[in-house]
Amino acid sequence: MLSAEERREIEAEFEHYPDKRALTIDAMKIVQKHRGWVSDEALKDISELLGVSVSELDSVATFYNLIFRKPVGRHVIMVCDSISCWTMGYDRVRDHLMNRLGVKMGETTPDGRFTLLPIVCLGTCDHAPAMLVDEDLHRDLDPEKIDSILEQYK
Amino acid sequence: MEKVLTKDVQADHSALDIKRYELAGGYQGVRKALKMAPNDVVEVVKQSGLRGRGGAGFPTGLKWSFVPRGANAPHPKYLCCNADEMEPGTFKDRLLMEETPHQLIEGMICAAYAIEADVAYIFLRGEYFLSAERLRKALAEAYEHNYLGKNILGSGYNLEMHLHLSGGRYMCGEETGLLNALEGKRANPRTKPPFPQISGLFGKPTIVQNVETLCNVHHIIKNGPDWFKGLSKSEDGGTKLYGASGKVKRPGVWELPMGTTIREILEEHAGGMKEGLKFRGLLPGGASTDFLVEEHLDLKMDFTEVQKAGSRMGTGTMIVMDDRTCPVGFVKNLEHFFAQESCGWCTPCWSGLSWAENMLQSIEGGQGQESDLDRLAFICRMAAPGNTFCALAPGAVEPLQSALNYFREDFERHIHEKRCPWR
Ligand SMILES: Cc1cc2nc3c(=O)[nH]c(=O)nc-3n(C[C@H](O)[C@H](O)[C@H](O)COP(=O)(O)O)c2cc1C
Ligand code: SF4
Ligand code: FES
Repeated sequence: MLSAEERREIEAEFEHYPDKRALTIDAMKIVQKHRGWVSDEALKDISELLGVSVSELDSVATFYNLIFRKPVGRHVIMVCDSISCWTMGYDRVRDHLMNRLGVKMGETTPDGRFTLLPIVCLGTCDHAPAMLVDEDLHRDLDPEKIDSILEQYK
Repeated sequence: MEKVLTKDVQADHSALDIKRYELAGGYQGVRKALKMAPNDVVEVVKQSGLRGRGGAGFPTGLKWSFVPRGANAPHPKYLCCNADEMEPGTFKDRLLMEETPHQLIEGMICAAYAIEADVAYIFLRGEYFLSAERLRKALAEAYEHNYLGKNILGSGYNLEMHLHLSGGRYMCGEETGLLNALEGKRANPRTKPPFPQISGLFGKPTIVQNVETLCNVHHIIKNGPDWFKGLSKSEDGGTKLYGASGKVKRPGVWELPMGTTIREILEEHAGGMKEGLKFRGLLPGGASTDFLVEEHLDLKMDFTEVQKAGSRMGTGTMIVMDDRTCPVGFVKNLEHFFAQESCGWCTPCWSGLSWAENMLQSIEGGQGQESDLDRLAFICRMAAPGNTFCALAPGAVEPLQSALNYFREDFERHIHEKRCPWR
């Protein structure tokens, strides 16, 4: 079941589009904001609300990078692996994160604290290497800086 | 040098609220436009020579003139701001949205008025959280002050403007992929014709325009086409946000006259290469542009000159490669991106690019063969414009084909020495 709040937030978007089927991505992102990911059950509820079939919703969900169809950790780290960050030391940043967290790219720490994912250029190439943790952009990364950033997310 | 787009940028990187924006001359362009006939706004932009800043450089006013206008035009009509900025190495639109959100909104109102649009969307990259926050606030202020909504400033013109956050995929930045994404679908591109100007979002006339392009519009209306042309050092009018990233002393983004030379950007603004490193080449405007090398440094960075040298100005934010970076690894990183982002529609793209990525990987790892270079060149030819549905694949092979040309010896060294000489 969609919560009253999720439903309200999705319905508030209805008036921005001439057709509520346009809201597939917004609706899934709203649910994800509340629950961290989009479950099969949530897809079914969104499907009923928007009048879009579950399989169509799923094909949309899997097309986009920022919609998670599997549970993720409390905090999601997305490390830029594009060209300027790669030039400026992405490999070092990635290896340090994997060592510190004891996970590979795409995995979640056993305590459920962090999920580690790659992401494409974050549009801050003049401060490479960069990563996002949840909604916060962290730039000019080096191993020491990464350690103190991780401390901020419990 | 006159700053136009970045004149309101604050030292602390905050954004002006609507009161301070108005005090700095903000929304005068809207006031002036609303007193003109929409057609005249189109004409002024046409005369200014403004060309799209999203990478392709299409003349903006000309594109607007294809939109059906007047009493018999279909409605609602749409204006979409392409704020997807996912081209690797590009970091200019984010600055404009975070630090000058009202400027974007003002430019969009003028553009929407010109094409008599009823609804405007800002299609924003989902990862741009600070841009989203600042645009939301600015939009609310613009509604409060009746620059948006019904009967704007008593003119009789109505415009709604909404912010959409992307689900995340490079293809969302492609014009028709963006329209599909806004309709809640996968961001596959659409067949053209019909062109979006005739049948776009929800089947209605639609214009898609880059952030930086739109930020110019009200300045042109306020100051006129001749002023705009005079800002530039080349045929293409205006200023341009140029950037440099990679191992230069001062990576960054600067507003300079259109047509500033690459050398000036690289040496004066970016401070040249970091201590001990040598320049090898650069991609002038994002990942999907051909390499330029030493001999090209005195070129003007504008659409025409860079094209003459066999590349494209693209987004104008250049990615610099130094002599301690392996060109094969560099290109492999790029092709990994493109292969991953291919939407899977056409074979030269989805199959060709991942094949190219695999070959580059084996060359980098010392397992490459001489004939791989021919196969890479073959993939570049297969993915040329006209062979694929959209411009992703042709763009993807631009850095590859030019690397095979300028850095061939480096590829061959990997193959002969059976290892990466940079490791
Ligand atoms: C794969 C692909 C991605 C693109 N991404 C963007 C983008 O993020 N932002 C943008 O403004 N244009 C992007 N473009 C170019 C757009 O298709 C379109 O040309 C542009 O938005 C038109 O606006 P302009 O004339 O103001 O530049 C992309 C093109 C392709 C093929
Ligand atoms: S060129 Fe690539 S991204 Fe474009 S339509 Fe074909 S497969 Fe899709
Ligand atoms: S390449 Fe990492 S932020 Fe642009």
